Amino acid sequence: MSLDTNQVLAIADLSRLQIDEKSITEFQTNLSNVLDLVDQLQAVDTTGIEPMAHPMDAVQRLRADVVTEVNQREKFQKIAPSTDNGHYLVPKVVE
Amino acid sequence: MHNKTLAQISQDLQAGEYSSVEVTKHFLDRIKNLDGQYNSFITVTDELALTQAKAADELRAAGNANEWTGVPMAHKDIFCTDGVRTSCASKMLDKFIAPYDSTVADNFNKVGAVSLGKTNMDEFAMGSSSESSFYGAVKNPWSEEHVPGGSSGGSAAAVAARLAPGITATDTGGSIRQPASFCGVTGIKPTYGRVSRFGMISYASSLDQGGPIARTAEDAAMMLNVMAGFDKKDSTSIERDVPDYRADLNKSVKGMTIGLPKEYFSSDLDPVMAQTIQDAIKEYEKMGATLKEISLPNTNLCVPAYYVIAPSECSANLSRMDGVRFGHRCEDPKDIEDLFKRSRSEGFGDEVQRRIMLGSYALSAGFYDAYYKKAQQVRRLIKNDFVAAFNDVDVIMSPVAPSPAFKFGEKSKDPVSMYLEDIYTLSTNLAGLPGMSIPAGMINDLPVGLQLIGNYFDESRLLNCAHQFQNATDWHTKTPTGLK
Repeated sequence: MSLDTNQVLAIADLSRLQIDEKSITEFQTNLSNVLDLVDQLQAVDTTGIEPMAHPMDAVQRLRADVVTEVNQREKFQKIAPSTDNGHYLVPKVVE
Repeated sequence: MHNKTLAQISQDLQAGEYSSVEVTKHFLDRIKNLDGQYNSFITVTDELALTQAKAADELRAAGNANEWTGVPMAHKDIFCTDGVRTSCASKMLDKFIAPYDSTVADNFNKVGAVSLGKTNMDEFAMGSSSESSFYGAVKNPWSEEHVPGGSSGGSAAAVAARLAPGITATDTGGSIRQPASFCGVTGIKPTYGRVSRFGMISYASSLDQGGPIARTAEDAAMMLNVMAGFDKKDSTSIERDVPDYRADLNKSVKGMTIGLPKEYFSSDLDPVMAQTIQDAIKEYEKMGATLKEISLPNTNLCVPAYYVIAPSECSANLSRMDGVRFGHRCEDPKDIEDLFKRSRSEGFGDEVQRRIMLGSYALSAGFYDAYYKKAQQVRRLIKNDFVAAFNDVDVIMSPVAPSPAFKFGEKSKDPVSMYLEDIYTLSTNLAGLPGMSIPAGMINDLPVGLQLIGNYFDESRLLNCAHQFQNATDWHTKTPTGLK
């Protein structure tokens, strides 16, 4: 399976990555090689096989809907790149 | 002092041979003097370690010590440690001071162990050579030209270089066992769900599992006793009692049946490696175990299934690194899109970006069934192979990797050749089974590990087999040439 340049750029966009012009070809080759490798799966007959999400087929545990965490806003925001007045700052989104 | 095992250091501390401060200082000095050549640590927490050691000595003086009080160890830099940088070897988290402890780190704190620092690794645990770290490659203590394996290369190299007696690690596709094999040390990846993943930075959540790297099976058992257990903070953790992993170490392996998967010993396997592994397995025959050829027919599908599942889960997990709440942020973003994209591209290395892109593609609209769902179905076929095999055998043995340590740069240019490095280890992650690597021979002056694979929750049996082998052989006591 070979990816073209536009597909690589579309995947980068989906991944929220900005890849520079000169590395597009390298990503294109490497990603295509890996897709060739994983394409072996298509030949396997998996009719009626239940997909396996957890080795023990465990299911999500439920708990009572009560508050279990204490508020640690200041501690958590101390490691943020940019905050103000308890908010995380990002470039303006809404005009 | 540094040649002693964890168990010996624990005994010495209990007998008052030396204090925790003394042994901690000894290891800190070694790291300071020797790690320049190995680059196995990213962060050394010397002040914190000495504070912990002093507190441990006081606890002991007051008669409140246990076997772990004041014993030095370290953590792979993937486990969050409150107040200490947790980088996952990425520029993205270079300035990330974890605001909480992972359950694994918390468990070691609770028993009073001393943490010397955080060890180097492949960026976000994606790799088999520890070359992709933002902090530079880790060197194999056995040979400067060879990689230590990965992703837990720093943990394995540091244990081999006697910079710490035991270090935590993680294994998503072989990241405990392969570096343990390359560095001549002992490592175990427990059953999926046995060790809490809370605070262990996620790569592929359905495959990731924490475990110890140490020099002996006894030490690995001692560490696993602290690491294993149900944790309600990890939704995939298994609610099941934890045995004392040292209890069965001395049991005889007489009468045990060892399965040898014919697909793992095919004509593709290097004859020298095949001979080394067969010689190791002969030791078990001498101890009264019997061998049986088994078949794991879907072995050839492990690499393709893994390289759909792991990148898919990684693309979802790493979406949290967006330059907003923590981690690297680019300079002067012009809008929110630019903020996300440039922060991520500047923060992540090439291999991480490749896996994110693979995962985004596999999970994108129209491809989910063909890739992720298909791989999850194949994963069940792989699991079923093992379930059938364990009807007939008690433990499975094989090589850990196709070769001993390879050279720097040999595989890093071609991702697919690097991916094939994990051909014998991926299957246990996909099936969720426990696997172990123990030193079992040497090829061209480089160590080689024997892989032991157990049934679900059969860690005690693996540790028992490993301990019996280590009683009968001395591979695990070999020291890298020229090591100070």
